Amino acid sequence: MPPLLSVKAMTHYFGGLCAVKNYNLTIKPGQIIGLIGPNGAGKTTIFNLITGVHTPTEGTIELEGRDIVGMKTHKIASLGLGRTFQNLLLWRHMNVLDHVRIAHYSQLKYGLFGAFFGSPRRKSQEAEIEENSHRLMKLFNIDQFADQTVVNLPYGAQRRVEMARAMATRPKILFLDEPTAGMTPDELVHMVKIIRQVHEDFGVAIFLIEHRMKFVMELCEYVQTLVFGEIIAEGPPEEIQHNPDVIEAYLGKEDLT
Amino acid sequence: MEYFLQNLINALQWGSFYAVISIGYSMVYSILMLFNFAHGDIFMVGTYIGCGIATLFLSLFSAFLPGWLIFILTIVVTMFLTSFVGVFVEEVGYRPLRQAPRASAAITGLMIGIIFETGNLIILGAQRFKFPALIKSVAYHKGGLYFTNVKIMIVGISILLMLALHVFIKKTKWGMAMRAMSFDSLAVPLMGVSINVIAPLTFAIGAGLASVAGILYGQAYPILDPYMGILLGWKAFVAAILGGRGSIMGAAMAGYMLGFIEIFVAMIFPSTFRDLIAYSIILLILTFRPRGFFGMEHSIRLRL
Repeated sequence: MPPLLSVKAMTHYFGGLCAVKNYNLTIKPGQIIGLIGPNGAGKTTIFNLITGVHTPTEGTIELEGRDIVGMKTHKIASLGLGRTFQNLLLWRHMNVLDHVRIAHYSQLKYGLFGAFFGSPRRKSQEAEIEENSHRLMKLFNIDQFADQTVVNLPYGAQRRVEMARAMATRPKILFLDEPTAGMTPDELVHMVKIIRQVHEDFGVAIFLIEHRMKFVMELCEYVQTLVFGEIIAEGPPEEIQHNPDVIEAYLGKEDLT
Repeated sequence: MEYFLQNLINALQWGSFYAVISIGYSMVYSILMLFNFAHGDIFMVGTYIGCGIATLFLSLFSAFLPGWLIFILTIVVTMFLTSFVGVFVEEVGYRPLRQAPRASAAITGLMIGIIFETGNLIILGAQRFKFPALIKSVAYHKGGLYFTNVKIMIVGISILLMLALHVFIKKTKWGMAMRAMSFDSLAVPLMGVSINVIAPLTFAIGAGLASVAGILYGQAYPILDPYMGILLGWKAFVAAILGGRGSIMGAAMAGYMLGFIEIFVAMIFPSTFRDLIAYSIILLILTFRPRGFFGMEHSIRLRL
């Protein structure tokens, strides 16, 4: 099967600082891949490079065989790449339903004229989107908050709004930037369930950044470890867990003297 | 009492100009976090375009079309043409500066304004133009009040446009994208929304509204000159600030309030004191409420 996403020899410099060095990634349909690494290793930078927020200095990124380097962010998003953010980027004073509805933007195809005079096409599209939004909200267990502004929601619910919003763009690959950051253990268990369900229901491939080893071990079939912009180890989670380089990067070198 | 009501009508008309123009400032600010200081001059250009179109249409159609239809046609065509002026300003003036410090964008706006003013002076010369009267003015006297159909129409069309804008912002996909951008613009492209569509569209709407304000202004005060946009533009900017940066509803309300304050100050004090006292009041309001009526706390992102 051809890979959904293939990143080859990606390198990126911020000024003189090498943030990502010779990074490679292949995601096949339906895979869940994890990216771990200490703070400041460049994990979010990799997300930003692939989703088009930054353009890599070198390397190729192909989405379903199509070169997407230098493509505009909104174009990449509409080709099937959805994402969430580490520090929630929600539209603070908009309600939950609107968040999910806006994410359908590239699926809404009506003209300015149709918008104002309520063409039948517009009405049927709106109805479809409304329905789809409610389905997503139900799936992410946020339907009871539909009319509330997001600032008023509990933190875990805000995270789920972000995921619902990302899923509404109908991605083929979902990028999750620390989906469990700041969550309580209960919410964490719930989140594992949700990610599993999204994975099964939509058949979407998932690429996630995470800090909690337990979470990664449970979900991912393949894990990459990034330290100072370089992959130091990759493989199945059991292997990574016992890799001495990874343990060193996370816990520091054992002082033997 | 009659005197008061008479001034109330005048204030409504005067406030309508401020309201419709200040919405253009607010919309652009809410999505791009910059004040388009060329907006007053876009209003001026729109008025001239409206004047040209009105003159043309009157000479072409007045034989067989009623006045009100020519009036509506003039509004539609002028809005359409002036919206391209807005798009042009965005693409040429502001787009290259999107990552630049806000001060650069502000200076660019001021310069675009000067270019419009002097360009107008070079192309059309120094003679003043007269805006043709599209609707025959009919005066009404009711219970000691004096008002004309033009006044009613100015207020009516302004409110109608603001309502249309409200529907646009609330209901359409572009409007929703604009609202989203006013909170955070980083996540918006990742939802498949192009900023390079939304930003010019916002400028186009602002310019279109300003041009309608121009036509209505031309019906009430028919003498045009290239510098007419400066003072009105600055006052509309004050209304946008008073309403709360980026709040469209706030801008509209503050526009009317500004109109009321100006007219009523002139009613009580000698009219030469009008701006002095009116703007002292506004300064006082802003001292106690620096973010305006509906402004949100933008402490993290505010860059101007």
